[in-house]
Amino acid sequence: MSPDLHAEARRQIEICNACRYCEGYCAVFPALMRQTVFADGDITQLANLCHNCRGCYYACQYTPPHEFALNLPGILAEVRQDSWERLAWPAPLARRFHESGVALAGALIVGIALIFLALTALRPASGEGFYAYLSHGAMVAIFAPAFLMPLAAIGVALGRYWREVGGGALRLRHLRAALGDAARLRNLGGGQGQGCNFEIEDRFSDRRRRAHQALVLGFLLCFGATSAGTVMHYLMDWPAPYPLLSLPKLLGVPGGMLMVAGAAGLVHLKLRAERELGSARVWGGEIGFILLLGIVAATGLALMAFGGAVWLALHLGAVLSFFLLMPYSKMVHGFYRLAALAADARAREARGSADAAD
Amino acid sequence: MARPDDLDGPWDVVVVGGGNAALCAAITAAEAGARVLILESAPKAMRGGNSRHTRNFRCMHRAPMSVLTDAYGEDEYLDDLMLVTRGKTDEALARMTIRESEDCLPWMEAHGVRFQPSLSGTLSLGRTNAFFLGGGKALVNAYYNTAEDLGVRVAYQAEVTHVGIEAGRFSHVVARIGATERRIEGRAAVLASGGFQADLDWLTRAWGPAAANFLIRGTPYNRGVVLRDMIEQGCETVGDPTQCHAVAIDGRAPKYDGGIVTRLDCVPFSVVVNREARRFYDEGEDVWPKRYAIWGRLVAGQPGQVAYAVIDAKARELFMPSVFPPEQADTVATLGERLGLDGAALAQTVAEFNAACRPGRFHPTEKDGLATDGLTPPKTNWARPLDTPPFYGYQLRPGVTFTYLGLKVSDRAQVQTPQGPLENVWAAGEIMAGSILGEGYLAGFGMTIGTVFGRIAGREAAAHVA
Ligand SMILES: Cc1cc2nc3c(=O)[nH]c(=O)nc-3n(C[C@H](O)[C@H](O)[C@H](O)COP(=O)(O)OP(=O)(O)OC[C@H]3O[C@@H](n4cnc5c(N)ncnc54)[C@H](O)[C@@H]3O)c2cc1C
Ligand code: HEM
Ligand code: SF4
Ligand code: SF4
Repeated sequence: MSPDLHAEARRQIEICNACRYCEGYCAVFPALMRQTVFADGDITQLANLCHNCRGCYYACQYTPPHEFALNLPGILAEVRQDSWERLAWPAPLARRFHESGVALAGALIVGIALIFLALTALRPASGEGFYAYLSHGAMVAIFAPAFLMPLAAIGVALGRYWREVGGGALRLRHLRAALGDAARLRNLGGGQGQGCNFEIEDRFSDRRRRAHQALVLGFLLCFGATSAGTVMHYLMDWPAPYPLLSLPKLLGVPGGMLMVAGAAGLVHLKLRAERELGSARVWGGEIGFILLLGIVAATGLALMAFGGAVWLALHLGAVLSFFLLMPYSKMVHGFYRLAALAADARAREARGSADAAD
Repeated sequence: MARPDDLDGPWDVVVVGGGNAALCAAITAAEAGARVLILESAPKAMRGGNSRHTRNFRCMHRAPMSVLTDAYGEDEYLDDLMLVTRGKTDEALARMTIRESEDCLPWMEAHGVRFQPSLSGTLSLGRTNAFFLGGGKALVNAYYNTAEDLGVRVAYQAEVTHVGIEAGRFSHVVARIGATERRIEGRAAVLASGGFQADLDWLTRAWGPAAANFLIRGTPYNRGVVLRDMIEQGCETVGDPTQCHAVAIDGRAPKYDGGIVTRLDCVPFSVVVNREARRFYDEGEDVWPKRYAIWGRLVAGQPGQVAYAVIDAKARELFMPSVFPPEQADTVATLGERLGLDGAALAQTVAEFNAACRPGRFHPTEKDGLATDGLTPPKTNWARPLDTPPFYGYQLRPGVTFTYLGLKVSDRAQVQTPQGPLENVWAAGEIMAGSILGEGYLAGFGMTIGTVFGRIAGREAAAHVA
């Protein structure tokens, strides 16, 4: 635990609990108003529930230069960031990549180099499309563990998170509620759908939410494209390359384009936003992460358009580093946020039945 | 801060102040086509006066409207006002304000204000008061954005020191902008610069030396400079010049701008003592929303203008959490010492109080009649012995919300002199609220007065220069 961060967050949360003006913006305030005493785990949960919409910063009469010096989005971002680094497994890797875009770029280069090496060392005698450069077997041998091991690491971290925040017994309906909130990014909506206060200070805008939704939808489409390819390869005995009017391409092309557009949008907005209302320490790592996602998508599109060993290496290298970095980069935010939303759905329900019992 | 040469104008309407009333006037005038300048004495980060601390406004409605449930008619609204002001109001002006409040809500929404259902813990206000999403600062931000989009010019750190009146007509203001004094001309003026409660010298002259120990709940920028200037130029006033609205707040609050979080709702469940560790008033006279305003005066009347509320563990969860953690101890005597009191004396007072408590049904949210027996002063409700450690203590001090003295205005918000109204000077908000709110306070009525009169002043000023 980080005593200083949690103590400062507690100080600010207690002021909010005496004020409550921001109760309508997001799930954080109703959650904090259910309590009067805040254990460290409660604060970690509130921090991961916060979507950094910044509504409660610009609406707050106590922001600096007021002596109460409130910056709730800022301190919650620090606590959240700290929790991702602290709970990661193994933890020392995490801090480096979270903070530094340069470290991410380094990882990207290493990933690409590894693929180049594989290409030259394992070049198959025959094969079509990109399998002409790297056999299907070799690809699976590299990517299956590169995907599953990080997922296992994330699983460990989420288990630690759940224990820290006292998540309790999870039901499917809590997860459903969480997925619904995540899909709509309800907590970036300002409480009434007007959006957040990210890139134009105290004016509301829904652009950040839209850009994020484009990115995630694109990501899911690309994921769907890869899954469709896998199914076609194994179950239908139909290996790549696929024609334009096939599921992998129908999903992958718009998916890649959405991802590029979403990532470009997020970078654009992030350059305009005030850094101190997030975790300024990791700004570089966050930009690096958005760019990495953009590069994954852009190189995939280029590979489809132009083919060739170079694009293949660039794309597979980017995907490889993205996978390996999942537990140690901003990518974990999706997992933690889902967990926080699910825990909140459960807490709301528990509270509801307590009220009914009164 | 504005570059001085930006401010040369020419201006149709000069608005003095940067809170709710000023913004409503500026927006209304700009929409009518006037060139409007706002002069706000606070820097941008602290703009918005006391309005930035508010949370709701009181609104008449004949049927459910926006977040307001049910209906709240003109007569009921007026009755509520009569009750708190004990009749010290101008009934015609009050009725006009109440009627106009119904149009305010849709107007506010159309100009960027968002409402939310009443905050938890204030459900009793859900019918009468519309709460601002994010509170008063969010409202102020929305209005500044709307004003900016309409081309209104805003100068921050621009304190008006003098309103130039020549032959019954406004001609210019003198403003201190940064380090320089400037004369800015205009064809009409709207004065919306609040009360004088932040001028402690004035408060001390009016109230007596005790006022030096008062805390000011809102902005330090409402020093009544314009109000005094207008009075010195012969304008008529209303409201008791010696009185201010004061409530009992957390004694550790900052001197200025502590706002809503410094309120303490523990009194009905406490034993309240003064510096000598003696009780001085019935803590359980009525439910807190009906009594919190008198406790400002009660505490102001005690030596050192300070009091201490003591509860035991049973009461800890019965009221809204305090912004600062209370002092805490396992015995009343130790708690007394921690609060800086004579511990033995406090223990004695609490022992006497405990001995006077009788068994009975305790009900925290309504008057339960659980009263002390043979104690002076008595505690007439919620009197339970303080017997369950740990014991907690809160320091109380008077916190001033606003002053009552203001400029007299007509129903068209025109500033009055003994010779009749000034032709091109209007006033809105706290600077004229004494006309309607001569005494007491009705939750949410300050913003209603500011919105109603701000819009009237903006409309009239724009019509005058058109
Ligand atoms: C803690 C607190 C909570 C409150 N809650 C509520 C509530 O929920 N509902 C409600 O209706 N009322 C509430 N009130 C009362 C309410 O704040 C006022 O009635 C209302 O804000 C008055 O609006 P106004 O525009 O007249 O004054 P203000 O909002 O105070 O604005 C005055 C402006 O004038 C500026 N100014 C002062 N002097 C000068 C000068 N010489 N030159 C230039 N500018 C100057 C100030 O900087 C300020 O911007 C509350 C008050 C406090 C203190
Ligand atoms: C699973 C549910 C998800 C939720 C609830 C979620 C929520 C959020 C929120 C609230 C933010 C803004 C606050 C912050 O910067 O931390 C954010 C940022 C971001 N998200 Fe997600 N996200 C999810 C999944 C994803 C996925 C799957 C991707 C991409 C593949 C993604 C990519 C991004 C990126 C790139 C940012 C950074 C934007 C920036 O720094 O400005 N998210 N996410
Ligand atoms: S952020 Fe500020 S305005 Fe919002 S609830 Fe907290 S203290 Fe109140
Ligand atoms: S930044 Fe937004 S999501 Fe986070 S606590 Fe504030 S209002 Fe809620």
